[in-house]
Amino acid sequence: MNAERSPLPPEPRPLAPGAALRLMLLIRRFEEKCAELYSAGKIHGFLHLCIGEEAIAAGVLPLLEPGDAVVSTYREHGHALARGVPAGSVLAEMYGKANGCSRGRGGSMHLFDATRRFLGGNAIVGGGLPLAVGLALADQMQGQPHLTACFFGDGAVAEGEFHESLNLAALWKLPVLLVCENNFYAMGTHIHRHQAQPDIARKADGYGIPAAVVDGMDLKAVEAAAQHAIAAVRSGQGPFLLEARTYRFRAHSMYDPELYRHKAEVEEWKKRDPVALFTAQLRAEQRLTDADREALEASVAEEVAAAVAFAEAGPWEPLADLLKDVHTVEAL
Amino acid sequence: MPKLNMVKAINLALHEEMARDPSVVILGEDVGRVGGVFRVTEGLFEKFGAQRVIDTPVSEAGIVGCAIGMAINGLRPIAEIQFSGFMFNAFHQLNCHAARFRYRSWGHYPVPMVMRAPIGGGIRALEHHNDSEEALYVQSPGLKAVYPSTPAAAHGLLLSAIRDSDPVMYLEPKRVYRAPVEEVPEGGDAWPIGKGRIVRPGKHITLVTWGAMLQETLEAAEKADQELKIACEVIDLLSIVPMDTPLIVESVSRTGRCVIVHEAQAACGVGAEISARLNEQALLRLEAPVARVTGWDIPYPFFAREHGFLPNVPRILKAIDQTMAF
Repeated sequence: MNAERSPLPPEPRPLAPGAALRLMLLIRRFEEKCAELYSAGKIHGFLHLCIGEEAIAAGVLPLLEPGDAVVSTYREHGHALARGVPAGSVLAEMYGKANGCSRGRGGSMHLFDATRRFLGGNAIVGGGLPLAVGLALADQMQGQPHLTACFFGDGAVAEGEFHESLNLAALWKLPVLLVCENNFYAMGTHIHRHQAQPDIARKADGYGIPAAVVDGMDLKAVEAAAQHAIAAVRSGQGPFLLEARTYRFRAHSMYDPELYRHKAEVEEWKKRDPVALFTAQLRAEQRLTDADREALEASVAEEVAAAVAFAEAGPWEPLADLLKDVHTVEAL
Repeated sequence: MPKLNMVKAINLALHEEMARDPSVVILGEDVGRVGGVFRVTEGLFEKFGAQRVIDTPVSEAGIVGCAIGMAINGLRPIAEIQFSGFMFNAFHQLNCHAARFRYRSWGHYPVPMVMRAPIGGGIRALEHHNDSEEALYVQSPGLKAVYPSTPAAAHGLLLSAIRDSDPVMYLEPKRVYRAPVEEVPEGGDAWPIGKGRIVRPGKHITLVTWGAMLQETLEAAEKADQELKIACEVIDLLSIVPMDTPLIVESVSRTGRCVIVHEAQAACGVGAEISARLNEQALLRLEAPVARVTGWDIPYPFFAREHGFLPNVPRILKAIDQTMAF
């Protein structure tokens, strides 16, 4: 193995404001449509919406290079869309259709796209962290300039794999961007009831990993923090932990009666809705007119409608094909 | 041709594959500078360097999960788990991700990795260091599992495991790590995964076994021949997943009788699966119920009592006798 690194990619650049707003709107409207389709019985297999958390996906993922790898969680539709996985193939996957990005085998929690190095959601909390370490180790050993971005929630921090992974990534100075989407609830348990040390960024200290906390509702802040974090990882000094504090406006999943939080708390957070916040910022700077916003909404509505049509039209994988790909055929 | 014990045979295969394919890397606890707790990786660190022979923390889930990431990103990692009983710490990564990644991603992400682990009892240790959990790997679709019995088998099967595109559990019967010795050809052939072998032909009864139990079973077969005039055919299964069912069915169809010998507990063990397959595919050829000689359905006992738990020659002979007399 040759550990020499290829030339570094350029400085990470955020999307143009219009494109960033469109991406957040796309995630928002896509998720709303998913909820509707779930209620209509089109989507099965649980559904975890990221409404309220869009600024993190839109603020981090567009700053990555095509060669970087992305490891995600079960709340990953927004990550997939921000990585450029077509909305139609994401939605078809939730339908379980063979034109889905995992050909209908993965569903909402297991979106894959090899061409975009999107290495899946993961239905098991914390399950993706060791995988990200391995991806980054392989890149480092093969002299690749890529980094691996690994998303996880505050709940994952209680898992042993979080600590094993941070230790390994720091020990071997691996190019891993650790993005904690801290929405303050591990399903229904508030962080003050699931963490002895609720300040997640401080946990990175124990491994000598630099960390930053960012307001996950503010796209511009996330973009700036991501720029800094990505540059730190690319400098070859090892991992960086970015804790984005955010809030999930919807229930944990579609079966969650939300007995663990007060409506007033949700309403309070909704005042900091990342889409509304960024829209207001652009308006204040006179960079967005009502007509612009309407045009964005129309374009997003069109894309979501096309995704639904794509999913509806898709075929099911033939039952007999379920026997395929358990093992590699050549090796049998 | 050199005669090697199993440790040396595995070590030879590791040297050969690392020299042949630069994408082959090793990681695990003490695999580098120490050369492995059983010395299986001795000399590899010196020859191939710290980049390819990676000492890890005591971090089984981290090791296996990391190996998955490496495997889907251009490398062929060989992860060593010091004792197979420690695999339980990594079982989430193994069962939920290594085994299923290929399937879940519709073939986009094959996982060419090997997990080496010493397995089984008979070394006067204690429970977690003696487990025989091979049946769990049968219940993890997507994994393969091989369980060599002799040095030559260990060498040939490891070559195949490393070259395979799927995750392979490579189970090393540590009881026979250093004895017996056997001729192992340097640069020898890979042994196909999924194929068993008849190591002793016979016409009266089929004995199916694997790993360290092959020695006990062959000894019992020899005694049955000399003392009871019973000609035992002995099948060395070698591969647990995929299993060479046709070989077993063909043999039992000839002999009409079958005794399965394994160290692991009986309930829902691999022997139970073989028995079920014989019921499905050879029922009308059976002259007697399929018998099992196995560990008891208890946690593995401490060293002073393990001789009662492990199958041995008298227990195997008794099962042969009862099956013949049915």
